[in-house]
Amino acid sequence: MITSTPGKHHQNGAKHPMDALTLHRIHFGFTITYHYLFPQLTMGLALLIVVLKTLALKTGDEKYDVSARFWAKIFAINFVLGVVTGIPMEFQFGTNWSEFSRRTGGVIGMPLAMEGIFSFFLESAFLGLFLFGEHRLSRRMHWLSAFLVFCGSWFSGFFIIVTNAWMQHPVSYTVNAQGVYEVASFWALLFNPWAILEYAHNMCAAVVTASFVMSAVGALYLLQRRPGDYGRIFLKLGVVAGVISCILQIFPTGDLHGKYMAKHQPAATAAMEGLFHSTKGAPIAIMGQPDYETQTIDNPIAVNKVLSFLIYGTTSAEVTGLDHFPRDQWPSALPLLFYAYHIMAGLGTYFAALMAVAGFLLWRGKLFTARWLLWPILLSWPLPYIATTAGWMTAEIGRQPWLVYGLIRTSAGSSTHVSAGNSLFTLLGFLGLYSLLSILWIILVYTHIQSGPNATHHTEVTLA
Amino acid sequence: MGTLWFWIVAVMLTAYVVLDGFDLGVGAVYLFVARTEEERGQALRAIGPVWDGNEVWLLAAGGTLFFAFPLLYASAFSGFYLPLMMVLWLLVLRGISIELRSHSADPLWRTFFDGLFALASILLTIFFGAALANVIRGVPIGPDNYFFLPLWTNFRTGASPGILDWYTILGALMALAGLALHGCLYLALKTEGHLEHRALSTALRLWPVVIVLTCLGIPATILARPASLAYYTHHPAAFLAPLGVIAGLALMRPGLPARSRFKSFLGSCLYLTSMMVGACLGLFPVLLPAVGTTGHDLTIASAISGPHTLHVGLVWWSFGMLLALMYFSIVYWLFRGKVSQHAEGYGH
Ligand code: HDD
Ligand code: HEM
Ligand code: HEM
Repeated sequence: MITSTPGKHHQNGAKHPMDALTLHRIHFGFTITYHYLFPQLTMGLALLIVVLKTLALKTGDEKYDVSARFWAKIFAINFVLGVVTGIPMEFQFGTNWSEFSRRTGGVIGMPLAMEGIFSFFLESAFLGLFLFGEHRLSRRMHWLSAFLVFCGSWFSGFFIIVTNAWMQHPVSYTVNAQGVYEVASFWALLFNPWAILEYAHNMCAAVVTASFVMSAVGALYLLQRRPGDYGRIFLKLGVVAGVISCILQIFPTGDLHGKYMAKHQPAATAAMEGLFHSTKGAPIAIMGQPDYETQTIDNPIAVNKVLSFLIYGTTSAEVTGLDHFPRDQWPSALPLLFYAYHIMAGLGTYFAALMAVAGFLLWRGKLFTARWLLWPILLSWPLPYIATTAGWMTAEIGRQPWLVYGLIRTSAGSSTHVSAGNSLFTLLGFLGLYSLLSILWIILVYTHIQSGPNATHHTEVTLA
Repeated sequence: MGTLWFWIVAVMLTAYVVLDGFDLGVGAVYLFVARTEEERGQALRAIGPVWDGNEVWLLAAGGTLFFAFPLLYASAFSGFYLPLMMVLWLLVLRGISIELRSHSADPLWRTFFDGLFALASILLTIFFGAALANVIRGVPIGPDNYFFLPLWTNFRTGASPGILDWYTILGALMALAGLALHGCLYLALKTEGHLEHRALSTALRLWPVVIVLTCLGIPATILARPASLAYYTHHPAAFLAPLGVIAGLALMRPGLPARSRFKSFLGSCLYLTSMMVGACLGLFPVLLPAVGTTGHDLTIASAISGPHTLHVGLVWWSFGMLLALMYFSIVYWLFRGKVSQHAEGYGH
């Protein structure tokens, strides 16, 4: 179907649905979404492992060391998948977005290079020590290597967010006659207010993911009535971290991020909320299906005035609707954006509720036997992945049609010399390869969880 | 400033070749020199704590190239689209096979990951060699500074070459042999028992092959791109690079007594470094030569970022490199010495 008879498949000038630009977008969107499934867990887990190692040092209880070792293996599997899927990302700016790279490399290349030099070196070096060095290092040094792995992964999150934040909210640049951008102030780039908000919200989400995964494993062990304390240790740590991060996720980080966005990307906010017309005392649509043609929300469940209140703090403020913007500045995938945002916020509410109940029972000492609650805790582990992905889709689709907000259109950034056929070929390659990785991931993580911390414990003992 | 950043990127790429080179090389000879389960475990433990860090040099070099020479990054990476994507796939397969092998208990899957690791490593050395040769030979850059290279055309250098032609295939073979030898010398240094001996005897056989390929490679380069000589004829000091190549080859002479293992390995490092420096001198001040008549070479001057970016970059780059060198020294120091034949050495 590569050779199409003119007139049959194409009308003059009409774009093929699988043109090169669309494929570059799907290519990038797919590979980055897949990549981020892994770092969100490793970044959160890195923090929880530091907590476990700290407890081990403080209490001298061997169980915490065993727990840390158990989670370190899960960390290692996810880390390596994060690494191998991250390497393609580093190069895809050049391969699929060459015009964008040529014009903005002087700006966004900087945090990307810093990520490699300041965080990946740190993380990979000390991860080697952490995983291979427990018998060679003192307890304190082993703690330190866990801590440095944590620092490395959180720095790396920071630099990548700085990169993304500049595309969402470009600050501190100069531009020359060829349309090439340059950094005006290094510190202003690094401490872009958008980056700070985005970082806080995103890192909180990583802790949410890790604490849901850890609680789920704890709940599984308790439901299986496994002998040993590990079910309780994991569930307790998971729930404590979960309560804190779920609250911070909504307030203040999500709230502040939303307010800042309403100020600087009003069209995206309007589309996220499904607000077609500017309204005083705007309602919030909790559910519904946006209809692009009639510019209304079907089957709405709305609460009056809440949107105005959330954004401006008063119930009567006017919120700008989409009608305020020319059509060519509307985010192109409007319904998807609306759903993505509502999925994130809806799940966020559910997470906070679930963790609040679990936290309450933990405090009253009833959590470990509350089997009716252990089931939802076990089954909820995939949901933070969905919420995080939906959050990123909100951010990235909301930015459309801009690649760099207000400065460069997405259509002006792609690699013009890489044809649709080539892009489709490599997209299919990545789809195949990543399917394989998913299968391996499931098998490995599942068998590791099933064999449990005691298995790790025994082999280590025979080795020592 | 441009010259400085040219050499910064060159040094980082060289560090990548020398460091990741030995673990790629271990992969290339892996099935052949490590036969039993113990030996394979030993070979992997010899690179286990360091391979990921070594690979970061590629990322750091890529990122540095991106912000120092955005035009080169944009043009070269989209132009070499297909082979680059294949390199990425191979890096994915290689990375998971090293890691996941140690997580699977079943011998069947271990065999599978062993094969995957070896195959991906061999293909990667071949791709890297061919890639370097492509950069040296030049590519058909268009008037808009972009190009798109097919995998092959008629296997000749000239105005419309492909990724693979006689010259780049020679480059690929050189990289395969050179890195395999590098890997063998590393294994000879870091392991013991049968593995050590087999690595040594393989090194002994690879050494003459590398010498022959190197002797072919240098005139071939002059044939493929006569302009490579320009810098050398104007700056005779540049001939130190080929001298370094010869010194490296002489120094590494395998088969010497055990106490000179380290010297052999250093010789191999010197050889690879001098080859890289030699290639860079052949290019300088061009970054990517154009062949054909439509476009111009991408040069330092045409691709460089703005002065402020570069000034700020120099400050954090120096600081970051100091830290990175410190981490590497700590890790290599802590894992110094031979890995033992049995799992308890530095086991997982
Ligand atoms: C566990 C995941 C998770 C949960 C429960 C939430 N978020 Fe979120 N959100 C993310 C995970 C996330 C994210 C994936 O991490 C994003 C994408 C970019 C970013 O910085 O964080 C994000 C982005 C993001 C954005 C910015 C979109 C843009 O930059 O264009 C806003 C306005 C919100 N979130 C608001 C909220 C609110 C009001 C929530 C309350 C319930 C909420 N998020 C829950
Ligand atoms: C890990 C979290 C991320 C996810 C899940 C994600 C998701 C996506 C998706 C779905 C798209 C396609 C949007 C569309 O075509 O409508 C996209 C585009 C893109 N994103 Fe992200 N993104 C993430 C982080 C980032 C970061 C950190 C950067 C920059 C450093 C970035 C840069 C881009 C670019 C350059 C495009 C292509 C141009 C475009 O279509 O706008 N993304 N991303
Ligand atoms: C365009 C976007 C992105 C690029 C270019 C990118 C690039 C990379 C690369 C090259 C690696 C491998 C590093 C190694 O060898 O150690 C990696 C891993 C990692 N990435 Fe990404 N990444 C992107 C998006 C993200 C996002 C949005 C985050 C989170 C905020 C993130 C966080 C990480 C972390 C923490 C790792 C370490 C590996 C791990 O812990 O799994 N990345 N990334």
